[in-house]
Amino acid sequence: MTAYPENSRLEPPESEDKVPLSLRLIPFFDRYGILIVIAVMCLVMWALQPDVFLSWRNISNIFKQTAANGMLSIGMFVVILTAGIDLSVGSVLALGMMTLAVSNAAGVPWPVALALSPIMGMAAGFVNGIGITKLRMPHPFIMTLGMLFMARGLANLISGGVPYSGLPDPVRFLGSARIYLGELDGTRINLPVVFLFTILVYLLFWILLEHTVFGRRVYAIGGNPEAARVSGINVDRTLIIVYTICGFMAGIAGLIMAGRTNSGFPNAGTGMELEAIAAVIIGGASFFGGRGQVLGIFGGVLIMGLIKNGLNLNNVSTFWQQILIGAIIVLAVFIDVLRRDLGTRH
Amino acid sequence: MDQRQTNAAEPLLEAKGICKYFGAVTALRDVDLQLWPGEVLGVVGDNGAGKSTLMKVLSGLHPQSEGTLIFDGSPVRFSSPREARDLGIEMVYQDLALAGNMNIAENIYLGREPTRKLLGGALALFDHRSGIRRAKEHLENLKIHVKSVEQKVEELSGGQRQAVAIARSIAFEARIVIMDEPTAALAIKEVGKVLDLIVDLKNRGISVVIISHRMDDIFYVCDRVMALYHGSNFAEARLKETSRGEVIGWIMGTKEKVEKVAHDRVS
Repeated sequence: MTAYPENSRLEPPESEDKVPLSLRLIPFFDRYGILIVIAVMCLVMWALQPDVFLSWRNISNIFKQTAANGMLSIGMFVVILTAGIDLSVGSVLALGMMTLAVSNAAGVPWPVALALSPIMGMAAGFVNGIGITKLRMPHPFIMTLGMLFMARGLANLISGGVPYSGLPDPVRFLGSARIYLGELDGTRINLPVVFLFTILVYLLFWILLEHTVFGRRVYAIGGNPEAARVSGINVDRTLIIVYTICGFMAGIAGLIMAGRTNSGFPNAGTGMELEAIAAVIIGGASFFGGRGQVLGIFGGVLIMGLIKNGLNLNNVSTFWQQILIGAIIVLAVFIDVLRRDLGTRH
Repeated sequence: MDQRQTNAAEPLLEAKGICKYFGAVTALRDVDLQLWPGEVLGVVGDNGAGKSTLMKVLSGLHPQSEGTLIFDGSPVRFSSPREARDLGIEMVYQDLALAGNMNIAENIYLGREPTRKLLGGALALFDHRSGIRRAKEHLENLKIHVKSVEQKVEELSGGQRQAVAIARSIAFEARIVIMDEPTAALAIKEVGKVLDLIVDLKNRGISVVIISHRMDDIFYVCDRVMALYHGSNFAEARLKETSRGEVIGWIMGTKEKVEKVAHDRVS
């Protein structure tokens, strides 16, 4: 360590040796702790169901089932980074999905139908953003609660409240296609396209949030909106983009779910906004904004998927799943509270 | 643009007849202010006298309702802090305006991030490495020592945060730095260090406007002091020609010396 000049104006930094090991490990656990949790969960499940859990079929199922939540969660994460919330993503998912299914049934060519789901999602997100900034809604909760009802109503309205099934293969590609990788011990190994897509999306969001000016400003707005404003950052414009991104991801989730189920049903995604919020919180983001990482959110989504899968494999009722997820949300935040105590005590 | 440039015969920044209304409330009435190149001007006044409002007019946060601002000889009008900043007028806010969740380097360059352009400028990537290197050099240049510029601002002491906020204000060729109560929230042992930093800015030729309630601060760093009272100019003087008692009297709205309240002027 370099010597500090005599005329140093501020306190010389404390020596690294004085910081106890437990405190120096905090950043490590902040970043990678969630991966350890996932590894432990996998071990437990493997021990309980050694034949099924690690089968390729089960693993690809987990990825297929969590993909839609993964899309909603990463969009929700960007919103929560700004200390906001988007309650409408489940309904917007349904709106995108029904726009897709209805337009397909009406004979719209598939490339257009396919694009309509994310476009509807973006439109809904943009309206959310305008409402929160320009209409000066007192809290994003209000605007997106309104959108929750409006998008659900619209999804029912355009479909007459009935499901549409049967979609062309290109539209289903993202949600249901698999890539044949080869054979292993006599079973065909197929990689779901949506798995690769999820990885790609999370990678793009990691670049967006960690390495672009826009991303760093999203963090700054979450940390101190006043500081962001006086620094010349256009906070309103940034927020509108953030909510538009979140809506866009809900539209993508609608496209994935339509592909997986080969249909559109107007009550799709009911309650999924809460699952997305849960994944973001379990993934270590702060509800007060400015804190959390893309890798953590990926972990949060995986944990939610693993819990459901593990309990299903062991024939535990879905009611227990709800109880467990609820308990884990509380536990995850409590651990964060303890961690912060430890971090500020020195 | 203007041939006069920095001419010591003219103020660097001049405010004439500034009025500011918030609805029916008159916060400032016909306020004048001159700031000369390389000068530290203290602005005093009781709570609600209009000091902070005047500073926000000068820094572009609240445009004035009436009156003119003249910067470097030409009239200017700011509709946002960014426009003032583009001319080199920076403000250090009382609540510091730093994002605690981000590191020192990111805070220093918030809103003016160093970027690497990719794909022919279509994609602006935040240049973490250059930000960290420049922030480090900048802080070393100002003799501000922190453990690391990658440290989060929320981990810093009040004095360190204030130092970062001041460093941030002069990271881009500032000519004027406006500070609202820079020592109000500090531990006593940190006050002197921040005041020395302000003197350092002055030695670098930067003009400073400082709002303070603390006579010690005013008499340590200022060249001149002006007092506002109920939103109007009340009095002003070069520091050498006044005393603490007199300045405290101005704050209370009297031009008689308040000998009982204060010590006499310092050396």
